[in-house]
Amino acid sequence: MLSKAGTRLMQGNEACAEGAIAAGLRFFAGYPITPSTEIAEELALLLPKVGGKFIQMEDEIASISAIIGASLAGAKSMTATSGPGFSLKQEGIGFASYTEVPCVIVNVQRVGPSTGVPTAPAQGDVMQARWGTHGDHPIIVLCPSSVAETFTLIIEAFNISERWRIPVIFLMDEVVAHMREKVVVPDVSQIKLVERPRPQVAPDQYLPYAAGEDLVPPMADFGSGYRYHVTGLTHDQTGFPTTKAPEVGALARRLDAKMKRAAPHVTFVDELLVDDAEVAIFAYGVTARAAAKAVRDARAQGLKAGLIKAKTLWPFPSEHVRRVAERARAIVVPEMNMGQLVLEVERASAGRAKVAGLSRVDAEPITPDEILARLREV
Amino acid sequence: MPGSIEAGPAVEGRPAEVPVEINQKWCKGCDICVAFCPKEVLARPEGGKAQVAHPEKCTRCGLCEIMCPDLAIVVVPAARKGTSSRGQGGAADA
Amino acid sequence: MAMPVTHYLRTSKMPHIWCAGCGHGIVLGAVLRAIDSLGLDKDEVCVVSGIGCASRAPGYLDFNTLHTTHGRAIAFATGIKMAKPELKVIVLTGDGDAAAIGGNHLIHAARRNIGITTVCFNNSIYGMTSGQYSPMTPTGSLASTAPYGNIEEPFDLCDLVYAAGASYVARGTAYHALLLSKLIAKAIATEGFSFVEAITQCPTYYGRRNNMRSAVDMLKWQKEHAVPVAAAAKMSAEELVGKFRIGELGTRTRPEYTRRYAAVIETAQKEEAEQDA
Repeated sequence: MLSKAGTRLMQGNEACAEGAIAAGLRFFAGYPITPSTEIAEELALLLPKVGGKFIQMEDEIASISAIIGASLAGAKSMTATSGPGFSLKQEGIGFASYTEVPCVIVNVQRVGPSTGVPTAPAQGDVMQARWGTHGDHPIIVLCPSSVAETFTLIIEAFNISERWRIPVIFLMDEVVAHMREKVVVPDVSQIKLVERPRPQVAPDQYLPYAAGEDLVPPMADFGSGYRYHVTGLTHDQTGFPTTKAPEVGALARRLDAKMKRAAPHVTFVDELLVDDAEVAIFAYGVTARAAAKAVRDARAQGLKAGLIKAKTLWPFPSEHVRRVAERARAIVVPEMNMGQLVLEVERASAGRAKVAGLSRVDAEPITPDEILARLREV
Repeated sequence: MPGSIEAGPAVEGRPAEVPVEINQKWCKGCDICVAFCPKEVLARPEGGKAQVAHPEKCTRCGLCEIMCPDLAIVVVPAARKGTSSRGQGGAADA
Repeated sequence: MAMPVTHYLRTSKMPHIWCAGCGHGIVLGAVLRAIDSLGLDKDEVCVVSGIGCASRAPGYLDFNTLHTTHGRAIAFATGIKMAKPELKVIVLTGDGDAAAIGGNHLIHAARRNIGITTVCFNNSIYGMTSGQYSPMTPTGSLASTAPYGNIEEPFDLCDLVYAAGASYVARGTAYHALLLSKLIAKAIATEGFSFVEAITQCPTYYGRRNNMRSAVDMLKWQKEHAVPVAAAAKMSAEELVGKFRIGELGTRTRPEYTRRYAAVIETAQKEEAEQDA
């Protein structure tokens, strides 16, 4: 049962699950954790209907491991979790990144660190989403701010992961995950799906980690006649372990270059009234909703405000920030953390505009009035 | 000794070819084959690799092949047709 | 007609990295002979490993091979088997990889009875990191992290995995290489979760510290301490002290996990069809 086209009232987690199936998800491994569990529950029900497979593993480490295995066998795969589980999955995420295995990891943020407030929203995992696992590694982090956006953006997450062979972190928060909103479900025929690049040569010619001009090696499925080796050890073009400096360096640089090559294609930002904005807001996730209201309220009171709504957090949309920083006198960055992406906004503004953070870390979403007050101070 | 060994077909006198091939690049000189060959066919010079010292004694039981940790030993089937011991590796069940 | 093991090796990758006399090569030979005896098609075999000496094995094998993270091979393998049940999925893992960091995945895969064969190269030591004791190190043994002698008791890994629900559990040794290959073949041929513990030797770290200087000595120790299941049944508890049983230790018939899930898909799709009708 692929979601039938039409307008429906959906929960954020439900939209994540149905969007993932529409994107071609056929294997999910997960572990119960508030506030993401509904994704697993939905997929346990829906996946078998489309011939897909669901499994509840013994822990989050097993879940990330299983989806990488399934992806190597050719299935589009996803797991979903929240803070504590996201921390447990980091080594596996690093393995998927280094071996370039497409997969999607949903992290529904809740108040952390540690057990925190499992049922309350936060945005404190933003840096962990980029740097949670050890070593330099490509990773792409998308972040929806509405239920409708969750449905469309999770499809992007799968397409990006397949196209670039980079794991995609789908960073939600408890509010977007649990709220219900209208979603216009498109007809299946209108959804553009991307498949991973396939080898164009015979098995005996196949070099699993030799990339062409686009830096993305073609990927064969296990069991398809291309008997090849995948290892988390540093590997050369043949996929076998190497410690030779030129080859170790070459892999690190190719993966970095691949991320930079992907950046313009995976950076999704919505801009609201930024062209003539005197003061701008940079926001994402649930906070972007309040920010949009604050912009309208400010404008109603004669203060020209604008909003940069980041749907891609990493690679960080520096260009969008730089352009706005050249015109606006200040950029306010409201976040449900003690100030994480504000640091990136400062770096991207490079002094062109004043950058002011606004932190709320008490388990309650930031309100439009709080943002409006901050806009007046800068 | 893991059970009785079916003796391969004895070839009268010295067999024309060597019954056991030892990959000198893979062998790491661990002496397992030398120690466990039931007929003391194999030997290893100090600091060297395993060698077939007494091919005439070899019964092609296959024990050296299955106990070599370097996968370096292959028992060569007997010259005459139809009586190859290649199939069962010779050594019986424990 | 039996193929030589070289037929299944990526010969260009040989010689392997294991130390002279290490038993892992013997166990690997047994694995390959088992695969050969079953006449499996190379394209349908997928070998998965974690981290450690034994876990370097897949790199030498001409199958679909995956060298994963420490302790997680069985979880990766679960994903592969679920996504493509027609694959023969074999996990090669060490005692530390399987029974220490990987213990949780081991018992749950057995509980689910998913069609994966796990061969545990048990040399009772962490060899790759040069000699720490593991959950399978005998009490009193010396190791780099047990300089006063190991004060812990090892698992009986076969009992543990069988109690968790595996369909087939057996133990063999590097010394009894031919029996080991037969046990592994039976394990691979078993539809549910199958587990073979292969007692093997690490002369470099375990042997050197525990007065068994050479691989030959360690293989003789295996011969003298292994007791076939049938013989053990006739021996008293005193006679079995310090010994371990080899052969088939546990078999049962339980539905295999991916088969059960196939039934879930059938049910779900039938319900779906009825709704649409």
